[in-house]
Amino acid sequence: MALTNDHTVKAFDEDLNRLRGLISEMGGRAEQALLQAMSALGNGDLALAAQVVQGDKKIDALETEVEQLTVQTIALRAPMADDLREMIAALKIVSVVERIGDYAKNIAKRVALMDPTRSIEAIPVLTSMSSLVAELIHDALDSFAARDADLAVRVTVRDKNVDDFYNSIFRTLVTFMMENPKHITESAHLLFVAKNLERMGDHATNIAEMVYYVVTGERMEERERGESPEGGAAAEKEQG
Amino acid sequence: MTQDDLTIADPKMKAQGVDVFYGEKQAIKDVSIDVGTDLVTAFIGPSGCGKSTFLRSLNRMNDTVASARVTGTILLDGEDIYAPSMDVVQLRARVGMVFQKPNPFPKSIYDNVAYGSRIHGLAANKADLDVIVERALTRAGLWDEVKDRLGESGTALSGGQQQRLCIARAIAVDPEVILMDEPCSALDPIATAKIEELIHELRGKYAIVIVTHNMQQAARVSQRTAFFHLGTLVEYGKTTDIFTNPRQERTKDYITGRYG
Repeated sequence: MALTNDHTVKAFDEDLNRLRGLISEMGGRAEQALLQAMSALGNGDLALAAQVVQGDKKIDALETEVEQLTVQTIALRAPMADDLREMIAALKIVSVVERIGDYAKNIAKRVALMDPTRSIEAIPVLTSMSSLVAELIHDALDSFAARDADLAVRVTVRDKNVDDFYNSIFRTLVTFMMENPKHITESAHLLFVAKNLERMGDHATNIAEMVYYVVTGERMEERERGESPEGGAAAEKEQG
Repeated sequence: MTQDDLTIADPKMKAQGVDVFYGEKQAIKDVSIDVGTDLVTAFIGPSGCGKSTFLRSLNRMNDTVASARVTGTILLDGEDIYAPSMDVVQLRARVGMVFQKPNPFPKSIYDNVAYGSRIHGLAANKADLDVIVERALTRAGLWDEVKDRLGESGTALSGGQQQRLCIARAIAVDPEVILMDEPCSALDPIATAKIEELIHELRGKYAIVIVTHNMQQAARVSQRTAFFHLGTLVEYGKTTDIFTNPRQERTKDYITGRYG
């Protein structure tokens, strides 16, 4: 976490550092929740899944704490320029991270609904997809901590790969369902898992866009962001 | 630094390559800036950065300092205010000034406001003068508070009222530009809010330039902001841009409290 220590009023630096610390912690917990939910899904580990569901409360509590600290800092310190942009970004980023936590929780809740004896080929691909998504979340939050606009841009570019994963998994699961109707419930759950991961990737992109705004004061341009992800919708159309 | 949408089509005042010296010491270095007719322009910067010196050069207030010397060009409606043909008394009627500390004359409230009109011969008779005084006090937001005691001394008013009286005195002679040198620094927050509201109401009637140490105030009252540092104009831009996304590192450090 990059510390700030260059304000004349040192208490302001302390507030900013505490804010950054809270956001880092929150992001770390969301990333961990995702990895644990996927691990629970892969191993049919109900205890771990319950732990993820329980842990989401802490993520929600951190969001509230960041919101309070941000409002307080705006009221008491009247931040300007990059400090002001950081406050606005902090508010937006924590609401996005909270959503990521919710998606992880949603994945964890599906573990109990799955047949533990299943053997569906989509799972390994889902694991690769979730590793990439966790990486994007991690890098997006790192880019916030390090004020690294280039890293933020790379996150948004790599989100394209998440969309490709989703399209691929979508096709695979639809094929499964067509081959054997017994797979439908299972596949439908996995499709939601894939969709959750795809949304998490989009949220990592949202964080990266906010970081870019904090660092540069500008909106991230389309050309820097790469193509906009329409893959899921396109694939659904293709299959229909 | 310069952006196209910062261009002021018909500037009320135009400074080009202005240097100000106090004896050997150069207080202002090569400052060029336009003051828009319908805009409030704020000058900000740390103490000693030259913002007040530059403000005072806009109506030749520096003439009163023996060692002060101004070079470069300052135009008011295209006319060089430092030209030998310029009548300084007339200039200061067109470019009025309000100071940091309220400085009403030790005269009645009425006479404070009527003073300029009398010496400039703007009123033909008492009735005209009454109209001028009432209009100026109304515009300065003070009429309702003092209309029943116009004969009382201006110095008996509260600090905030005195400052509004000084603004009324400045606008009574129908100026085109009003220069304000930290007009609220001696006032409490409520009196300050009244002055800021007044600035907002006066915008459009007069071109207003305000020097302030209070950055929140600059952000609240102005549409354009100029940041001065060590006698140079570091950055000039829309107030919204300066306070959300300044281009210059020195501006950012100053407005975010990293200066020093």
